[in-house]
Amino acid sequence: MFWRMVTKTLIRQRGKMLMIAFTVILGVSLSTAMMNVMLGVGDKVNRELKVYGANITVRHKDAALMNDLYGLSGQGVNDKFLQEEDVLKLKSIFWGFNILDFAPMLEGHAELQGEDVQLVGTWPEKHAVLSTGEELHTGLKALRTWWEISGEWLSEDDNDAVMIGRELADSHNIHAGDTITLSGKSYTVKGVFNDGGNDDSKILMTLPAVQDIMNLHGRVSTIEVSALTTPDNDLARKAAQDPRSLSPDEYETWYCTAYVSAICHQIQEVIRDGVAKPVRQVAESEGTILNKTTLLMVLITILSSIGSALAISNLITASVIERSQELGLLKALGAYNWQIVLLVLLEVMITGLFGGILGYFLGIGFAQIIGQTVFGSYIEIARMVILIVAVILFFVTVLGSIPAIRYLTALKPTEVLHGK
Amino acid sequence: MPILELNNVSKIYGNLKALADINLSVNAGDWLSIMGPSGSGKTTMINIIGCMDTPSTGSVILDGVDISKENASSLTRIRRDKIGLIFQQFHLISYLTAVENVMVAQYYHSMPDEEEALEALAKVGLADRARHLPAQLSGGEQQRVCIARALINSPQILLGDEPTGNLDEENEGIVVDIFRRLHDEGVTIIIVTHDPEVGDVAQRKIILEHGRVIDDIDQSATFGEALKLKSKESRA
Repeated sequence: MFWRMVTKTLIRQRGKMLMIAFTVILGVSLSTAMMNVMLGVGDKVNRELKVYGANITVRHKDAALMNDLYGLSGQGVNDKFLQEEDVLKLKSIFWGFNILDFAPMLEGHAELQGEDVQLVGTWPEKHAVLSTGEELHTGLKALRTWWEISGEWLSEDDNDAVMIGRELADSHNIHAGDTITLSGKSYTVKGVFNDGGNDDSKILMTLPAVQDIMNLHGRVSTIEVSALTTPDNDLARKAAQDPRSLSPDEYETWYCTAYVSAICHQIQEVIRDGVAKPVRQVAESEGTILNKTTLLMVLITILSSIGSALAISNLITASVIERSQELGLLKALGAYNWQIVLLVLLEVMITGLFGGILGYFLGIGFAQIIGQTVFGSYIEIARMVILIVAVILFFVTVLGSIPAIRYLTALKPTEVLHGK
Repeated sequence: MPILELNNVSKIYGNLKALADINLSVNAGDWLSIMGPSGSGKTTMINIIGCMDTPSTGSVILDGVDISKENASSLTRIRRDKIGLIFQQFHLISYLTAVENVMVAQYYHSMPDEEEALEALAKVGLADRARHLPAQLSGGEQQRVCIARALINSPQILLGDEPTGNLDEENEGIVVDIFRRLHDEGVTIIIVTHDPEVGDVAQRKIILEHGRVIDDIDQSATFGEALKLKSKESRA
């Protein structure tokens, strides 16, 4: 009898129930989309932010000390170098998959048209097969996506070519395609780059070319690393100061989370005499943007839930007032308050469930549209969103029903049956 | 042995005294009609007897239990177990068939039993209309469904609030005839009515005015005759 009443009410009140379902669909789809984007956006936002360059720099520990104490860096600060053969080991650390790109740098100097100029040797592009069988494609080109180039980028084996910074090129009237002489050897200018910073007065070469000039075979001064990281929290900040201060459990949590400090720690484990430091400005910007994006998604989810609860509340209350005579009659026939409340709640829950399922799939669609539009890729669907949405839906429906429940419990059969 | 006793019952709404010191005793199997002009307190009285309201003062003893001090939940249980309600507006659930309307009362009392509900409808002459929705039934038929619903749980008192108020003379006669049969079966009937003819067919009639009982008439002497006359009118 109970289910007969529920189903017949749902059919009879289909207009109102469809309105409730529509409200739930809107709320749930928005929540589903926002939460899926929120959970899947971390890596995507980070990847977007990678266009701003490396977020970790590795130096020899002595060079790092000079840098920390006196702010000195670059060629001539000291004669301590990292080993080039260690660079590829970066991909072997626990968070190796989060190391997106990296490039070793060796600074040097040479004479150009009678003037001393700074050289930077690097891997413009690097293609290698790791011991794990994984193919690697990295290099400075991936770390300097904002450079404006006239001409072409250096390729992996362009040991007889250079790229020249815009400022230096202008002051020496050098163009792409020209030939220049550096310390007595001729090089083709393959491209002129505009960095907008200090690099505009430098000459970029392949790492072997600078190693030849400087006679520093197998050495590099620094390694620039671009890694996907998780925004810092208290644990990460504590670990950044001294990982030894962590308890074993804290250490395990920290080590197994992609905090920038954990990744730096792991880099130091594979780069001999290396000290890895986060480029704070970039790392913190990433964290801030990610946190703000997450906050925005959470706020949208909360607001859409509140909006749904209010709309559901109005619709249910209107429906109950419309049916007050029928519900009053049930009370007169001997129904307890809880039985009437159960009847109404069940009708709303069934409608909510119907709307929730449709809303969930619609939300997944919205998430993919957002993923494609904003990040150019699909958002991975997080299963935990189903549980979160179900809990939100339950509370939104129950909270939205509170005014109607209060009205129902206060409803006196005499008032609706006799009009008194 | 009285099944219902009202002792000094008053009901006060703000400054309005809807009932004032009512004393009334109804024996099991009695047929009582309550009459009076609008605002005399008839509906208030039936609400209190029907456990849908409580008196401001005084006591109401129903089947040996003082219901005036009971809470809403207990009143619901007592109403469900002891009272059958008939309304002037029938109050059938529009989306349920006649038999389903009867089964709703069963559901909230104990267990729905379709066969039993069909029997109750047959008892009021609606066996062939059991699967019809209220909108497909005439006023008289709807009222008979309402009576079947009131009777389905074998209540100790059948309470009617203007049960013939919305019916034509023919259907009025049919309903009165049903009451007669129920009375013969020993059901206690209390009817509020404006209609003197319906009031006259009861065994006993009380007249209310301004919340007081101004007359209590024993109609036992004319009871059978009035009924026959009413039945004859309806058949004519």
